[in-house]
Amino acid sequence: MTDPSPLRFHVPVPASRPGEKPDFSHVVIPKAGSVQRPPVDVDPKEIRDLAYSIIRVLDREGEAVGPWVPELSKDELIRGLRHMLTLRAFDARMQMAQRQGKTSFYMQHTGEEAVSCAFRIALGKGDMNFPTYRQAGLLIAHDYPLVEMMCQIYSNERDPMKGRQLPVMYSSKENGFFSISGNLTTQYIQAVGWAMASAIKGDNKIAAAWVGDGSTAESDFHAALVFASTYKAPVVLNVVNNQWAISTFQGIARGGSGTFAARGLGFGIPALRVDGNDYLATYAVAQWAIERARRNLGPTLVEYVTYRAGAHSTSDDPSAYRPKHESDDWPLGDPIVRLKQHLIAIGAWTEERHKQAEAEIMATVIAAQKEAESFGTLHAGGKPSSRDMFEDVYAELPPHLRRQRQQIGV
Amino acid sequence: MARMTMIEAIRSALDVSMGRDDNVVVYGEDVGYFGGVFRCTHGLQQKYGVNRCFDAPISELGIVGTAIGMAAYGLRPCVEIQFADYMYPAYDQIVSEAARLRYRSAGDFTCPMVIRMPTGGGIFGGQTHSQSPEALFTHVSGLKTVVPSNPRDAKGLLISAIEDPDPVIFLEPKRLYNGPFDGHHDRPVTPWSKHELGEVEEGHYTIPLGKAAIRREGSAVTIVTYGTMVHVAQVATEETGIDAEIIDLRTLLPLDLDTIVASVSKTGRCIVLHEATLTSGFGAELAALIQQHCFYHLEAPIMRVTGWDTPYPHAQEWDYFPGPARLGRALRDIMEAR
Repeated sequence: MTDPSPLRFHVPVPASRPGEKPDFSHVVIPKAGSVQRPPVDVDPKEIRDLAYSIIRVLDREGEAVGPWVPELSKDELIRGLRHMLTLRAFDARMQMAQRQGKTSFYMQHTGEEAVSCAFRIALGKGDMNFPTYRQAGLLIAHDYPLVEMMCQIYSNERDPMKGRQLPVMYSSKENGFFSISGNLTTQYIQAVGWAMASAIKGDNKIAAAWVGDGSTAESDFHAALVFASTYKAPVVLNVVNNQWAISTFQGIARGGSGTFAARGLGFGIPALRVDGNDYLATYAVAQWAIERARRNLGPTLVEYVTYRAGAHSTSDDPSAYRPKHESDDWPLGDPIVRLKQHLIAIGAWTEERHKQAEAEIMATVIAAQKEAESFGTLHAGGKPSSRDMFEDVYAELPPHLRRQRQQIGV
Repeated sequence: MARMTMIEAIRSALDVSMGRDDNVVVYGEDVGYFGGVFRCTHGLQQKYGVNRCFDAPISELGIVGTAIGMAAYGLRPCVEIQFADYMYPAYDQIVSEAARLRYRSAGDFTCPMVIRMPTGGGIFGGQTHSQSPEALFTHVSGLKTVVPSNPRDAKGLLISAIEDPDPVIFLEPKRLYNGPFDGHHDRPVTPWSKHELGEVEEGHYTIPLGKAAIRREGSAVTIVTYGTMVHVAQVATEETGIDAEIIDLRTLLPLDLDTIVASVSKTGRCIVLHEATLTSGFGAELAALIQQHCFYHLEAPIMRVTGWDTPYPHAQEWDYFPGPARLGRALRDIMEAR
């Protein structure tokens, strides 16, 4: 017998790094309209192919084609476009505010606006999202006041979180938006528990769990799939694959699994991949998964294939880890441009109206910013009281915290 | 009144709570059909159905993580971690999530839940079935930590914990499940039926969290302790004839500092006693607080009698366990110190 060759250690590498030509040849894009739309009560075994494909509705000309075309009126689509434009304008202003020193930190959504904006529209009253830090579209598409969001970002005297949380870690039970942790993936299993509670009580509310591609590697993700599968919890398990976890490409978390969606297959959970930059496809798939949950058919895993066109946060520079213009080569385009193109193609929109809407939305965002700043920014103006620091650790202030509060004299 | 073991008292607390409030759900590993490896949930699934009491996959993070989601929904989950030693996979969910949900959301979401876990040694459980991790919880803002020492307290404290608006860690000294163990492992087991605190009310009652009990009044020295060690303190006091005052903390956080300070100010001497390891144990916090609040009353340095700073060994269990002999020596030493 010959000696075996020495073992080799394998570390996956992305297709391209800074200085190299962007390469997305590994992202196989099926034609719009080419993927089947099964009934919601389909046996998960029969749709395993959906975990490896990409459901798309908008074609290159902006036409909506195929079995996944959702029933959305022109007005609803325009509303969706306006939500995405609002989120983008909000991002631009808050990014700038961070650069001006008005807050410590910010995270933009550039390129990913369709995912959270379209998903929110498909949810019903009383449903609960368990989001990460890049789903502010869930609030904006639910008409949560921009001023409240900005006050949170500024940690000012009107901050609903009383200055305790990092910027963008919003919470609004009333708007179906669970408190963002900042620790990754912890919310995924909590969403399953929330959904289990709804089923235990015999209610009809469903939960939506959110995670990024990189954070699927946490064991919380695995536990969530086990519990969701075991108890058939009414939950939609969302994975937003924006290709990058700070500087780490998605292949490090994905490993040998063909796709993130495919992780659901071993659990008997129907798994779908969708073009996350296609507002119509994202909405249609969200609606399909939400209906399954609502009809007691259990969990669905949805992978949104998208691209993080901006930095991870205000603390990193993407040109240090990926080609500078990689986002220009992203084959699924920009969600706002694509919905705009569709609306123009169906005669519901014009370039002129678009420019007008952009200007109008920017003015609204700037007005909200002005109002928010009247309540203070991180280092200037009104701020939460030192006394607030001791509240809400418990429902009632225990003696040891009372003593500590006395020590700082508030 | 009925005679109950600590297991029966815990089961009774769960039963009473589930009967009074439909939002109380109970689950964990082997908790449903079988009724728990220590039998604390025996019969609850039959009585309340699988929606209220069920088996969970072997995933402590999954058990605690789902319970947080349920609590946020409005239920009052009371989950079991089979042994406290198994809670580490759930620690992030406990520390970063359950404990901080009210704070970080400014009260928008809350987390009323109880995590029960058998704790401590004395059953030849080795290093993975004997640990006392209470200090890992008392160090965390937002948690309450409870350790009962007898059936009557266990029931009243557990009902309080379930009705509490915040997350409560409920550590059950497993060596006390069937009797008041005083550390004399070579003597026949005493059952709870022979102990005054094994007499338990059958219906609903509560013992407030944050209130200690004085188990023995004395004037010579104060022993501050909790859980199994309360019984060790009682027997060591009898054996040495030293007139010790024994404080059973019952709740470690919130801590009943007033009771401790009043006692040590009276006796002028104090031994802090726990089964957990010494370094950075809860005894360190107690000693610091006592010297801060009772310094001018102290006639001797505060002593700590605890488990050694080793993993909990198997064969050497009784060398590790801070039993009546070790405490007796400390009692004699502290009375001679000046």
